[in-house]
Amino acid sequence: MKNEWPLWEIFIRGQHGMSHRHVGSLHAPDAEMAIKNARDVYTRRNEGVSIWVVEARHIAASSPSDKGPLYEPSESKVYRHPTFFDIPDEVGAM
Amino acid sequence: MTRDEAFLQFLLRMGDNTLILGHRVSEWCGHAPVLEEDIALANTALDLIGQTQMWLGLAGEVQGEGKSADDLAFLRDVWDFRNVLLVEVPNGDFGRTLMRQFLFDAWHSIMLGRLMTSSDDRVAAIAAKASKEVAYHLERSGDTVVGLGDGTEESHRRMQEALDYLWPYVGEMFASDEVDAEMAAAGIAPDPASLREEYDALVGRVLRKATLTIPDSRFAHKGGRNGRMHTEHLGHLLTQMQWLQRAYPGATW
Amino acid sequence: MYAQMIKTAGTGVKSREEMTEQERAFQDKIDADIKIEPKDWMPDDYRATLIRQIGQHAHSEIVGQLPEGNWITRAPTLERKAILLAKVQDEAGHGLYLYCAAETLGVSRDEITEMLLDGRMKYSSIFNYPTLNWADIGAVGWLVDGAAIMNQVPLQRTSFGPYSRAMIRICKEESFHQRQGYDAIRKMAEGTPEQKKMAQDALNRLWYPSLMMFGPSDKDSVHSAQSMAWKIKINTNDELRQKFVDQTVPQAEYLGLTIPDPDLKWNEERGHYDFTDPDWSEFYDVVKGNGPCNVDRLAARNKAWDDGAWVRDGLLAHARKKAAAKVAAE
Repeated sequence: MKNEWPLWEIFIRGQHGMSHRHVGSLHAPDAEMAIKNARDVYTRRNEGVSIWVVEARHIAASSPSDKGPLYEPSESKVYRHPTFFDIPDEVGAM
Repeated sequence: MTRDEAFLQFLLRMGDNTLILGHRVSEWCGHAPVLEEDIALANTALDLIGQTQMWLGLAGEVQGEGKSADDLAFLRDVWDFRNVLLVEVPNGDFGRTLMRQFLFDAWHSIMLGRLMTSSDDRVAAIAAKASKEVAYHLERSGDTVVGLGDGTEESHRRMQEALDYLWPYVGEMFASDEVDAEMAAAGIAPDPASLREEYDALVGRVLRKATLTIPDSRFAHKGGRNGRMHTEHLGHLLTQMQWLQRAYPGATW
Repeated sequence: MYAQMIKTAGTGVKSREEMTEQERAFQDKIDADIKIEPKDWMPDDYRATLIRQIGQHAHSEIVGQLPEGNWITRAPTLERKAILLAKVQDEAGHGLYLYCAAETLGVSRDEITEMLLDGRMKYSSIFNYPTLNWADIGAVGWLVDGAAIMNQVPLQRTSFGPYSRAMIRICKEESFHQRQGYDAIRKMAEGTPEQKKMAQDALNRLWYPSLMMFGPSDKDSVHSAQSMAWKIKINTNDELRQKFVDQTVPQAEYLGLTIPDPDLKWNEERGHYDFTDPDWSEFYDVVKGNGPCNVDRLAARNKAWDDGAWVRDGLLAHARKKAAAKVAAE
């Protein structure tokens, strides 16, 4: 797990677009590869697009509806909730 | 050799290179080390298949026997193929596949750059379209070669092994024969030998960044681009690729 | 339907009185068709069920690359090869989108991938059947993608925002898949006697496995009731299966192919086709790992993952070196 490629958020502005729009996420070892992967995954390499990539852990997001103390600062990163896992019955206790 | 005969040979060389390499790269689909690479390799293969349709389509036209790109791809035997040996060697591990891609992309991008000013408009048009795609192939394969060459000890070792294995197949891309002389005289295509200097500079720059060592030997296997002697691998590739067309002649798919 | 037999976590639907205030607010949002987003509070069981469902769906896309990928190198024309390759590539893309949706629930892609590789998580049983002739490629697009679309179109309205958005993106691409499949099998059905035989053979083998894709009857299942209340399941398995049969029978007739079910007939009264239920004991065998290709499929995924480890590690090591050099230079 420790060697997992980080997650990146991808923003693309089309040829005639006014602004960059979030199109999805992907994994890449660094920003340069994230841009290349974004070309391959999200634009199928259309030309004339502009791509921004931001590592997901650097994105801070508002809480959509709930407010207040439920959200500790550490939870303001969208993509890293404490891992919650339910182990299927077949494998027994872990 | 008439000019049209030479032109046909040249077009088969271009189209068979992309056909066979596209086939090899497509073998990775569903088996790549990570999803993003799987998708990127498929894009490369798709570009190469598209280029094959253009080159072999034009080859059929020049040949004048009413053959389509599919006829040429699926109904010729090993000795008719004009691709360089480099593109028919098996994929090996991901490192060898990417090294082969890089060594080919570097030649391909320089070649297409020259072909954009071909005296034949059809060649120039295909080159113009393909060169945009190949510029990206080269960027991607070059970066990956650098990343893996200068990655871990294991990735470095594997990339050096890949380079050592593939290097003897590089020289064939720059061999010149009477077909090339005829094409150069007609202004249709450059003499391949004239691309070598630019190639060595480009490849040398990337491989240095990748901390890899280019083998000293300039020995070059050849026999692919004139069809005199392919590797044993091509026949196996064709038995798969051509199987349906051969087993059910005349059917449309 | 790429997510079969998802066991909903928890004990079934709670009445409003049994719910905590938080659970009530959550259910109200779902009832009002307000999307649940990753940072919103959600019941643990909702999260766990979604991870299973989205994970299984994603794994199905990735394992689903294999049976079709089996024919990429044997595609009979350059155009067919390109179409098939683009299609199988799309499946990798769909898997990628879905893994990203699962990641918003707090499980990383590598973690969930390893659960597939060691057998803790499943994928759709359909991909444990082999593709034996070229017409299978058409039949997979026509039947398997057709069945998948039945399930995926309603899932665009599912309650979890990232899942819903992934489904919207996927559905846009899926109709291309079904159409290319039908087009490929149509060429065969209209072709030489051998080609027609291939088409019929493909339909014979894939018909019942396609019906199984919707999962066993679940009209009385407590699990389904909870998933439906949470809007992570929109229709019952039986509803979707019936809809699929009704849609597919005329398509087969158009091709001049025979659906391998002697009891299949239009029921005027119901306004639906009556059909023979698949052999569910076969289904359970496949789910347990005894399908024709289970071992091969999982072995192929494991091999790709294991063989690729040095590549993933190598590129990451290089990225770290570059980052360190950049810091040192500043």
